[in-house]
Parts: sequence; structure tokens; C-alpha cells
Amino acid sequence: MTEILFKAIDTPNLTSLDVYEKTLDGYQSLKKAFEKTPDELVEMVKASGLRGRGGAGFPTGLKWSFLAKDVFPRYLACNADESEPGTCKDRELLMKNPHLLIEGMILCSYACQIETGYIYMRGEFWEYEELMDTAIEEAYAKGYLGKNIMGTGFNLDIYTHMGAGAYICGEESALLTSLEGYRGEPRLKPPFPAVEGLYGKPTVVNNVETLCAIPFIVLNGAEAYAAIGTEKSKGTKLVSVSGHVNKPGNYEIPLGTPTIDLIEKYAGGIRNGNKLKAFIPGGSSVPMLPASKADVPYDYESLMEAGTMLGSGALIVMDDTTNVVSEALCLAHFYMHESCGKCTPCREGTRWMYQILSDIIGRKGKPEQVELLNDICDNMAFKCFCPLGDAAVAPVVSSIQYFPEDYEELIASLKSEQPVGAH
Amino acid sequence: MFAFTEASETRIEKILAKYPESRKVSALLPLLTLAQDQEGYITPEAMIEIGKRLDVSPAYVESVCTFYTMYYTKPVGKYVVKFCINISCHLNGCDNLMEYTARKLGIKEGETTPDKKFTLLKEECLAACCEAPVMQVNNKYHVNMTPEKVDQVLESCK
Ligand SMILES: Cc1cc2nc3c(=O)[nH]c(=O)nc-3n(C[C@H](O)[C@H](O)[C@H](O)COP(=O)(O)O)c2cc1C
Ligand code: SF4
Ligand code: FES
Repeated sequence: MTEILFKAIDTPNLTSLDVYEKTLDGYQSLKKAFEKTPDELVEMVKASGLRGRGGAGFPTGLKWSFLAKDVFPRYLACNADESEPGTCKDRELLMKNPHLLIEGMILCSYACQIETGYIYMRGEFWEYEELMDTAIEEAYAKGYLGKNIMGTGFNLDIYTHMGAGAYICGEESALLTSLEGYRGEPRLKPPFPAVEGLYGKPTVVNNVETLCAIPFIVLNGAEAYAAIGTEKSKGTKLVSVSGHVNKPGNYEIPLGTPTIDLIEKYAGGIRNGNKLKAFIPGGSSVPMLPASKADVPYDYESLMEAGTMLGSGALIVMDDTTNVVSEALCLAHFYMHESCGKCTPCREGTRWMYQILSDIIGRKGKPEQVELLNDICDNMAFKCFCPLGDAAVAPVVSSIQYFPEDYEELIASLKSEQPVGAH
Repeated sequence: MFAFTEASETRIEKILAKYPESRKVSALLPLLTLAQDQEGYITPEAMIEIGKRLDVSPAYVESVCTFYTMYYTKPVGKYVVKFCINISCHLNGCDNLMEYTARKLGIKEGETTPDKKFTLLKEECLAACCEAPVMQVNNKYHVNMTPEKVDQVLESCK
């Protein structure tokens, strides 16, 4: 097993700096990094092939190289908002290995000449704020944070910042807006954060897992990282396997591992001896696939070819007792609730979708409503201000595409169950 | 009347030090959270006070406050019990669990018990999906929930 992010993750007291240094070569990568120039470090991360683990999969080194030249101060915002349904990997990293994140943030900041970093955590992670604050204090005491770090002249401050309940604040521009003390609504892009981010300054936004992969790359070299995974999807990925499996959990896999192995080998197979019916490979914002596609390799390209996406790395597993309409309704409720209301197709469309799906589940479904659902999704996809609107249609459209019989069954059976004389 | 306690004042100092002097409105969410921790919910007086601290109007504070679901603008019970109702928890029977809890407390979702002890709320994904079903009581995680565990947790709420 290749373990980079979860290596020794269950060591008792790993959250303390002492144990972290003894168990995991903790903070050893700093010396190596400081022997290089910041630009060399950016090149190294580019060469590793690391891509963003927050959802979009954008190449990390490339993102860093897009920072507006010679504009300072610059900021780092670590995205610890983790709110994509099905996703719980960042939480495990935060609660079990906070120093790995701090080390990754130091490396990123040195490479990008950043002197201030914020960790934007979702408000519900309040239990881990204190843990992270303690870890940050320890790093200051050891001289890994603060002024003139290890005699290099490089300064860095890191602060935690808590959100207060809003999925949209995981979207990078909304995250920055929220961090500035506004309602967390997305901003128009471009300008991208790398040019005009926090307080209008060049800003790197990276996911927790992305930043946690940096120490390994710096310590072991870009080649060591690039040797893992497939030709285009490099390295390891944390996958949150949830739903109808025997051993739900976060598993670290080399990219390219067959999805069915994640379900069968890692997560112990479908529970109660049932059969796999469907799975959502990358969190609630990507299309679901039927069991027949479960041998798809779990990497960016293969999942894309199969008509879905790797997203945030949340594999949601449904067995053959599931009616997918019920799960589509569950997600439609989520997107309706989380739509920030800034643009019409999303604000109105998510409400319509929820209403129609409720009708179908609640004995009022008509066959033509499935067509109407498809229509609404069509009117939303790629017409919304931010990707949340596109995300909202993914589970619904794919559930209709692959499981029309689940809709038909509900509409037919429920109609016949209605008392005679009902309209 | 609303006033931050001495302990809160110490925290406020630390919070304000995180952001550039000219950008102190960044401290808005942390200050709202402090106010809520102190009073149980965000009172109009707290919004006025926070506005004064950060040089913004109370209306502005309110507009931000109401955007975020973790802030209560009305009183809630001593213990706020939340169930995640999103997909992984849904696949693991959160509906039944929520119903069980509602029956036990004798209230519906969104309501508070007459003795003001418990408020029951639905919540979207809490990022603990591999330990579904998930419940939080006053924002503390309780995972892999069963009716027996609900009993135990509620029992421990004094
Ligand atoms: C609606 C929405 C929600 C998102 N939520 C998160 C999140 O919770 N955590 C995260 O890291 N990225 C999230 N993202 C992706 C971010 O916008 C951004 O791409 C990411 O933080 C960049 O970091 P990375 O390159 O390291 O992945 C979300 C995007 C959208 C559109
Ligand atoms: S798509 Fe939805 S979440 Fe995004 S800006 Fe429009 S209303 Fe807000
Ligand atoms: S779906 Fe319930 S915690 Fe994520």
C-alpha cells in the first residue's frame, strides 16, 4: 500500500509536534525547500503532476505559477470548508494530522512568496479549531512559523478562520468573499484569485489534501510522486467511501485503482449480501453511474471518459434496495438549501427540481414530469453564475438517464395506489 | 443590553490581530460566533455592538448574519440537536433516527421543547459521511448513531 497522506495517521498523539517529528520525518522537508529558490520549488510541484484535490483537479504547480508577478502582499487560503456531500477526508487529516497541513502550507508559502496564510474551516469543525490553533502555536514555538524562519529571512503567519454554515463558501471566490466579512457569494471570474484574490491581492486557494501532499514531494522528489498513479493522474488520492458498504471509511489509493476494488477490497463489499446498484464517484456534484461501470479506474481521465468526474473523491455506494429517485430528491433538497440566490437559473431551478421530485416521491407524479425535470436541468446547466448550479443537475440528470425505471415504477405504482376518484 | 464578557474581550483581541488593520470586518463571522456562544443566539443588540466594533452598520451585520445557517436569530434550546439528512446519512437510515428523536422529545423538526431544553434541527452534510448516521449536539459530533446511542446522548444532556 502506498501511503503518503495517511502514513501512520492513527499514531496516538500525532497531533503533537513532538510525535509528528519523531514518527513522520515531520518538518524535514523545510530544510530541503530552503536550499532551493521559490521558483525551483514551483517547478518541482509542476513536475510531480499533483492536481488539486478540492474538486476541480487543476494542476497545483501551474496554479502557483499564475500568481500576478511582483504584486505583494500575497495570500494563501487553505480550503478546509469540506461540505461536498459524501466527502469527509479533510476532516480526518485536520483532526489527526494538523502538522502535515501546516508543513504543506509553509512550503506553498515559501514557493509563492506568501507571508500570510488562512485556514478557512467550515463552522461545524469548531472542535478542530482549537486543535489546529495549538498545532500552529507549537510550530511558532519551534521557529517553523513567524519571523525569519530557520534563519532564511522568510516570514510566515498562519491563522485559522471559521465559517458559519454555507456550502457555497467552499467555492474559492465565495470563500474569499466570506473571509473578507461579506455574505459568501461567488465573484465573477476572471480575475482569478491568483491575480485578484483576498483583499484584491494575488492569492493561492488550495484544498487541505492538496497541501498535505507537498511535504512528500519536496522530501522525496517530484519523480517519486509522479511514479505513483497513471500517466496523467499522478500520486495518491484519499477516497471517502460511504453508503451501503460494510466498511465505510477514507482510503488512500494510488490513482488508477479500479473503482470496484475500492468497493469490494477496501470497503469490504456491499452490506447485507446485497448487490451494487449505482455509485457516485466524486461527491454529490458529479453524475452517478450504474453498477455495470464499476470497473472504471479511479482517476481523472477514466472517470471523465465514463461520463462522470473524480470531483472531491467521495464514492457514494448504493445497493439494489435503493430507489435512486429518493437519493436524487435528497440531493435536490441540498442544492435548493445551499443555492446562494445570486442568479436566477440556480435559485429558481433548484426549487423546481426539488418540487417535482417531491411530487414524484409523494404520490403526485405524472409521466410528463420526468421530461420537465430534464428540461429544467437543461435550462440550468452551464447557464448559472457559478458551478453550483451545474452541480445541482448532475445527480438528477444521471438518475433519469441510467434508471428511468425507478421513476416509472414510482409514477405507475403510486398512481395505482391512489384511491379511486382522486384526480 | 449586550456586552461581551471579559473572556470574550480577550478572544476578540486575538481575533482582530489575524486580519490587516484596514480589513477588520473580516472578523465579522468570528465575532458573531462569539456573541452566539455567549447568549445562545444573536440578539439585535449584539448586532449593534459588533457593528460598532467593526465600523459597519447593524443592517450590514444582519445581512451577513442571516446568510449563514449556523447563526440563530431567535432563542433556541439549551441543547441544539442536529441530524445530517444528506445522502450518506440518508442511505444509512437518518430519517428513522430523526423520527425516533422527534417522538422521544415530543417535538417536530425545527421546534424547541417547552422546557427550552432541546431544539431539533435538520442539517446538510456534516463531513463525517463515512460514520453515518451523524448527529451533532451543540456542534459536537456524535457518529454511527443508533436509537440506543441517541438515548445515551440525550440522557447526558443535563
Ligand atoms: C459549490 C462548490 C463548492 C466547493 N467546495 C469545496 C470544498 O468544500 N473544499 C474544497 O477544497 N474545494 C471546494 N470547491 C473547489 C474550490 O472552488 C477550488 O477549486 C479548490 O479549493 C481549489 O483547491 P485545489 O486546487 O487544491 O483543489 C468547491 C467548488 C464549488 C463550485
Ligand atoms: S449558481 Fe447558485 S450558488 Fe452559484 S451564484 Fe448562482 S445562485 Fe449562487
Ligand atoms: S452525508 Fe451525513 S455527514 Fe455527510
